Amino acid sequence: MKQITIGDIVRGDQEVFPPYLYEAYQSTRRRAPTLPLIEVPLTLSELTGPGPAISAITAEDADLTRNAGTGGEAIGQRIIVTGRILDDRGNAVPNTLLEIWQANAAGRYLHKRDQWPGPLDPNFLGMGRCLTDEHGVYRFLTIRPGAYPWKNHPNAWRPAHIHFSVFGPSMLSRLVTQMYFPDDSLHAIDPIMSSIPTEAARKRLIAVYDHDVTEPEWALGYRWDIVLRGPYATPFELPQGEEAQQ
Amino acid sequence: MMTLPLTGSQTVGPFFEPGLLREDARRNVLTQAETVGERIRIEGRVLDGDAMPVPDALIEIWQANAHGRYNHPTDQGQAPLDPAFLGFGRSGTTEDGGYWFETIKPGAVLFDKEQRQAPHICVTVFARGLLNHLMTRLYFEDEPANALDPILQCVPEERRATLLARRESRGALVVYRFDIILQGAGETAFFNV
Repeated sequence: MKQITIGDIVRGDQEVFPPYLYEAYQSTRRRAPTLPLIEVPLTLSELTGPGPAISAITAEDADLTRNAGTGGEAIGQRIIVTGRILDDRGNAVPNTLLEIWQANAAGRYLHKRDQWPGPLDPNFLGMGRCLTDEHGVYRFLTIRPGAYPWKNHPNAWRPAHIHFSVFGPSMLSRLVTQMYFPDDSLHAIDPIMSSIPTEAARKRLIAVYDHDVTEPEWALGYRWDIVLRGPYATPFELPQGEEAQQ
Repeated sequence: MMTLPLTGSQTVGPFFEPGLLREDARRNVLTQAETVGERIRIEGRVLDGDAMPVPDALIEIWQANAHGRYNHPTDQGQAPLDPAFLGFGRSGTTEDGGYWFETIKPGAVLFDKEQRQAPHICVTVFARGLLNHLMTRLYFEDEPANALDPILQCVPEERRATLLARRESRGALVVYRFDIILQGAGETAFFNV
């Protein structure tokens, strides 16, 4: 697919983060800001964030195959998704909240605005959450989601993916992204995945099949690490001026 | 001094509600009975470049308590913590793009060792069609400290009004209205943080 990148508003690292306006993904056209983002010094407001406090009070719910409360088990290929949350200096991010959501094995979301004729699974809500341990490791048990048809362009199908929301220690580390599965023919023709500017950065959104994570007669294993920004120095130790922007 | 490449951002998509707005994950009300501070309600709409409502946005807020202290280990200020205030809110938007929070007006937090920032609330916007989230700040239009706030001074003067929540009184209720315009006329000033 031809890379169609319009506009020069890019948050943070231009090798990693998509532009706001990415024409191939039609929903960006009327929602992307058109004026430049304002450069501001980092303050206590950005170097703090809700991560530590919200993570401390949120209960884990990491088994999506059984959390519908029906007593039944979700249909689909059972998978384990695990990995580490790291900061960009390689430090583990412990005790931080991850929230995930996904389509069921047929590619259908449990949502009133998802009305395509894929079957719903009464035993699958498609949501879960967990906290990283002291080594930054998270782990979910779920089913492999199906591909999802959408109306972005004719015969548009999104590759199988799981949505991830991660807090990390500060406002700078907040990340919402999507994890993809290896060997999916839909990757190359997906405008959302293609909005990531470089091949290397796109590849980092794809989980790796890991036979050491796979459990016999139980579930296939996938490994996916996430690297967040920061944390950086406390605000009063930050150098003045541009370096403080990081 | 980066050693590891970052993980890129992707849109929250249209179907985040089960995951991010489940009953114990949505946080429209930040206050408890014991929370210290002036009760305020924040209301607004999220609008796109055609001034049409964005019904599938997610708004998160982060703020200091009434004393100007963040519930976070990096804030080592002298102001006291409020055990009845976490400072995090999360709201979806309705069909008309509306979101709301019940919270308290934050105190002024430090900028550097001497100067304080004007009271403000950090606002993060996620939506279908936003490949990265957007970050901005809500300031209070009736706050004299705005004139000296170091972050507001970074915003071109003609765009500062987009960050000022408008005060309305409804009986005893103090409402601050803060619309978020993603694109076009009156486009909200967003920050590169």
